[in-house]
Amino acid sequence: MNEPSHAVVSYRIFIAVWLLLLALTAVTVAVSRVHLGALNIWAALGIASLKSALVIFFFMHLKYEQRIFKIFLLITLVTLALFIGLTFFDVLYR
Amino acid sequence: MTQPTTANAASRGFLTEGGKYPGLLGWIFSTDHKRIGLLYMYSVLAFFLVGVTLGVIIRLELIAPGETIVSAQTYNALFTVHGVIMIFLFIIPGFPAIFGNLFLPIHIGANDVAFPRLNLFSWWLYMAAAALILISLFTGGGPPDTGWTFYVPFSAQTTTNVPLAAFGAFVLGFSSILTGINFVTTVHRLRAPGVYWGRLTLFVWSLYATAWVQILATPMLAITLVLLILERLLGAGLFDPGSGGDPIMFQHLFWIYSHPAVYIMVLPAMGIVSDIIPVFARKPVFGYWAIAFSSIGIASAGSLVWGHHMFVSGMSDMAILVFSLLTFIVAIPSAVKVFNWVATLYKGSISLDPPMLFALTFIFLFSIGGLTGLILGSAATDVHVHDTNFVVGHFHYVMFGGTGFAFFGAMHYWFPKIYGRMYHKKVATLAWGIMFTGFNILYFSMMILGLRGMPRRYYDYLPEYTDLNRVATVGSWILVAGLLLMFVNLIRGARHGAEAGGNPWGGLTLEWTLPSPPPAENFATIPVVDHGPYDYDRVSPPHE
Amino acid sequence: MNDSGPPHPHQDDTGAKLGMWLFLYTEVLLFGGLFILYAVYLQRYPREFAAAAGELNLALGTANTVILLTGSLLVALSVSAIGRGNCGPAQGLLWGGAATGVLFLANKYIEWSAEIGHGIYPGSPALAQRPPGENVFFGLYYITLGLHGLHVLIGSILLAVMAVMTANGSIRRDRFVVLENSGLYWHLVDLVWIFIFPLYYLLL
Ligand code: HEM
Repeated sequence: MNEPSHAVVSYRIFIAVWLLLLALTAVTVAVSRVHLGALNIWAALGIASLKSALVIFFFMHLKYEQRIFKIFLLITLVTLALFIGLTFFDVLYR
Repeated sequence: MTQPTTANAASRGFLTEGGKYPGLLGWIFSTDHKRIGLLYMYSVLAFFLVGVTLGVIIRLELIAPGETIVSAQTYNALFTVHGVIMIFLFIIPGFPAIFGNLFLPIHIGANDVAFPRLNLFSWWLYMAAAALILISLFTGGGPPDTGWTFYVPFSAQTTTNVPLAAFGAFVLGFSSILTGINFVTTVHRLRAPGVYWGRLTLFVWSLYATAWVQILATPMLAITLVLLILERLLGAGLFDPGSGGDPIMFQHLFWIYSHPAVYIMVLPAMGIVSDIIPVFARKPVFGYWAIAFSSIGIASAGSLVWGHHMFVSGMSDMAILVFSLLTFIVAIPSAVKVFNWVATLYKGSISLDPPMLFALTFIFLFSIGGLTGLILGSAATDVHVHDTNFVVGHFHYVMFGGTGFAFFGAMHYWFPKIYGRMYHKKVATLAWGIMFTGFNILYFSMMILGLRGMPRRYYDYLPEYTDLNRVATVGSWILVAGLLLMFVNLIRGARHGAEAGGNPWGGLTLEWTLPSPPPAENFATIPVVDHGPYDYDRVSPPHE
Repeated sequence: MNDSGPPHPHQDDTGAKLGMWLFLYTEVLLFGGLFILYAVYLQRYPREFAAAAGELNLALGTANTVILLTGSLLVALSVSAIGRGNCGPAQGLLWGGAATGVLFLANKYIEWSAEIGHGIYPGSPALAQRPPGENVFFGLYYITLGLHGLHVLIGSILLAVMAVMTANGSIRRDRFVVLENSGLYWHLVDLVWIFIFPLYYLLL
C-alpha cells in the first residue's frame, strides 16, 4: 500500500491561502454592506463556498488525497443539497 | 490455512480464546469484532424480548373495547416505549451491529474492522443509551407518551420524561454512526487480495449501502432531538407557531432521518436473503450487479422520500406530488431484488432448511409490506388510511415480517458457524411455522381493521371492531409461542447441539473456510480469493 | 495492496483519514439540519431576519472570523512542520492554534454577555414582545453558535493534547496521522464558521 498519504505542503502555499481567505473575508463584508436585494445572500454564499473550497483543498489536504476522498465529499454535498432542496418543495409552495 | 474442521472441545475458537482479560471482562472489553457482534446480539435480543412483552400487553388491552387491563395513559406509554425499543434498540442496530460485526470482516477476508476500539466504544454507547432510555421510564414525569416519533407540539409540552428518552436516542445515533464509519472504511481499506468489488458478497454490498445511510442520515436525527431537548429546556420556540416557528419543520427533520432509517433496517435483511438463497438453491445468484446496485439505488432514492409520512400534515400540495412520485421510484429497485431472487430459485436444487424457510418468508411478507406501502405512498389513498391500524399492519409486515424474519434466518444460517453446534432442525421448522401463522393472523387482521377505519394509538375502540381485534390478539399469542420455541431451541442448540462442522450448508463465502467457531484471529494468513461468492457453477463448496 | 498482505489496521493512515473524513461529514449534516431551518425561516421572514441580524456585533464577528482563519493556518503549518521533522516549531504552532480557540471563545463570551444583558436570549420575555421572525432568528442564532462554540472548545482541547503529544514524542515525523486528523477537525470548525459568519452577521 504505497500511497502518497502524507504530502508535505510548503509553508508558502499555506500563507498564500491564508491571505486569500482574509481578502475574501474583507470582500464579503464589503459586499454585504451594499444593497443588492436577493443577490446579497447568494453573493455571501458564493464567497463562503469559495472560502471553504480553499480550506478544504489546501488546509485539509484534499487536493493531495486519493480520488475516493473527493468522491465522498461530493456524495455528502449532493445529499445535503437534496435535503434542503426537497424541503423547499414544501415551504415554497405552501 | 488452518484445517477447517470444528475446533476441538477444549478450545471453541473466539468463544473461549482471545481477549486480554478473563471471563466477562474479556468480553465487554474485547475489540474482537466477533465478540462485539455477540455482545450486541445478546443485548439487542434482550431488548427485543422486552419489546415483545410490551407488544403483547398492548394486544391484551385491545382484546375487548373499553379499558381492559391498562389505563389510557399507560397505553400511551406502552406503545411509545414499545416503538422506541423496537426501532432504536432492536431493529436499527440489529443487522449491522450484530451480523455486520460478526461477518463483514470475514466476508472480505480481513481479521477485524478498520477501527476495532471505536467498534467496542459504539457498543458501550449503545448500552449507555439503553440505560438512559430505561432510566427515563422511571424518573421525571414517567415514561414518554408521545409515540416513538416524538412529534411537536405535544412532545414539547407533555409532562412525561421526553428529554431523557430523546437524549438516549441521540446517543444511540452516535453508536450507529460509528458503526457506519467503521464499515465504509473497512470495505474500502481491508479487502483481501482478490476480493474486488465484483466479488463482495451481496450481504457486504447491502451493509455498505446501509453504512452510508447511517453516516449521512443519522446526524439529522441527532440535531432534531437536540432541538427538541433545547425546545423544552430553553423554549427557543423554533417549532412553536406562537413565536414564529413551524411544527411541520420538525416532521421534515425527523423524517429526513427516520425514513432512510427504514432502509437501515431493511437493506441488510435483503443482503442476507441474497446470500442465503443461492446457498440453498445451489446456483449462482441471478443478476449479481443488479442486486448490488439496487442496494445503492434503494439507499439513495430512499433518502429522498421522507415526505410521504407527512401527506396529511399540512405540507404543500407540490411537495405531496413530488414525494409521492419519488416514493414510487423506490419500488423499482426493491422489485428488481425480488425478481432476481425468484430467478435465482428457478431450476435450482432447493433444500428447505430453516434459514431458507426464513429467507423465503422474508420475500413473501416483505412483498405484502411493500405492496401495502404503495397504498400509503400514493397520497389519495393515504388520506383514508393514514394513522389507522392499516399503517401499523403495514410496517409490522415490513419490519417484523421482513427484517425480523430475515434476522431469524440469519440467526439460523450462521448459528452453526458462531457456536460450532447445530440446533434441532425439525423444531426450528416447527417454530417457523407457528410464527408464520401467528404473524399473519395478527397483522392481517390489523390491516383489515385499519381499512375499516380503526385508528392507531387508541386503547379503546368501537364495538364493531371487537371480533377482528380478538383474532389479532390470539394471533399475538401464537406468534409469541413460536418465538419462545425458537429461542429455546437455539439456546439448547448452543449448549448441547451436535457438532456442526466447518461448512454445514455448503456455502462458498469465506466464513465457511474457517473452523466453527472461527478462531480469535480469523485468518492465520490473509486468504487470496480466486472465485466469486456464488460461483456454484465453477467451484464446489469447501469441506462438505 | 502488496504481496505481504495488508498492513496491520492500526498502521493504515489512509484508512484512518478516510474514517475521519466520514466523521466530519456527519458533522456537516448535523449543522446541515440547522442550516435547513435557517434557510426555511429566512425565506419566510426575510425582513425580520435582517432586522435581527443588524443587532449582532459585526466587529466581534469579523474579528472571530480572522481569529479562526489564523488558527486554521497555524494548524495547517504545524502538520507541514511535523512532516519535515521540525517538532519544536510544530509544538509552538499547535499551542498557537489552541490559543486562537480560547480567544474566539473569550470574544464569544463578551458578545453573548452583552446580548443577554439586553434581554436577548431564547425564551426571554423581551424576545416574546418582538415579531415572530426575530424570535426564531435569535433562537437559531444561539443554538447554532452554541453548538459551534462547543466544537471550538473540543477542538482547542484536542490541539492542546496534540501539542503535548508532540512534546513527548508520541507524534513524530513517521507517525502523525492523529495530528492530521485533529487538524481536520479543527478545519471543520473553521468551515462551519465560514458559513455562519455571513448568514448571521452580514444579513441586510
Ligand atoms: C410480538 C410482537 C409484536 C406485537 C404483539 C406488536 C404489537 C403492536 C401493536 C398492537 C401496535 C399498535 C399500537 C397502537 O397503535 O395502538 C404496535 C406498534 C408499533 N410496533 Fe409493534 N408489535 C410487535 C413487534 C414489533 C416489532 C418486531 C417491531 C419493530 C421491528 C415493532 C415496532 C412497532 C412500532 C414502531 C410501533 C408504533 C409505535 C407508535 O405508534 O409510536 N413491533 N405494535
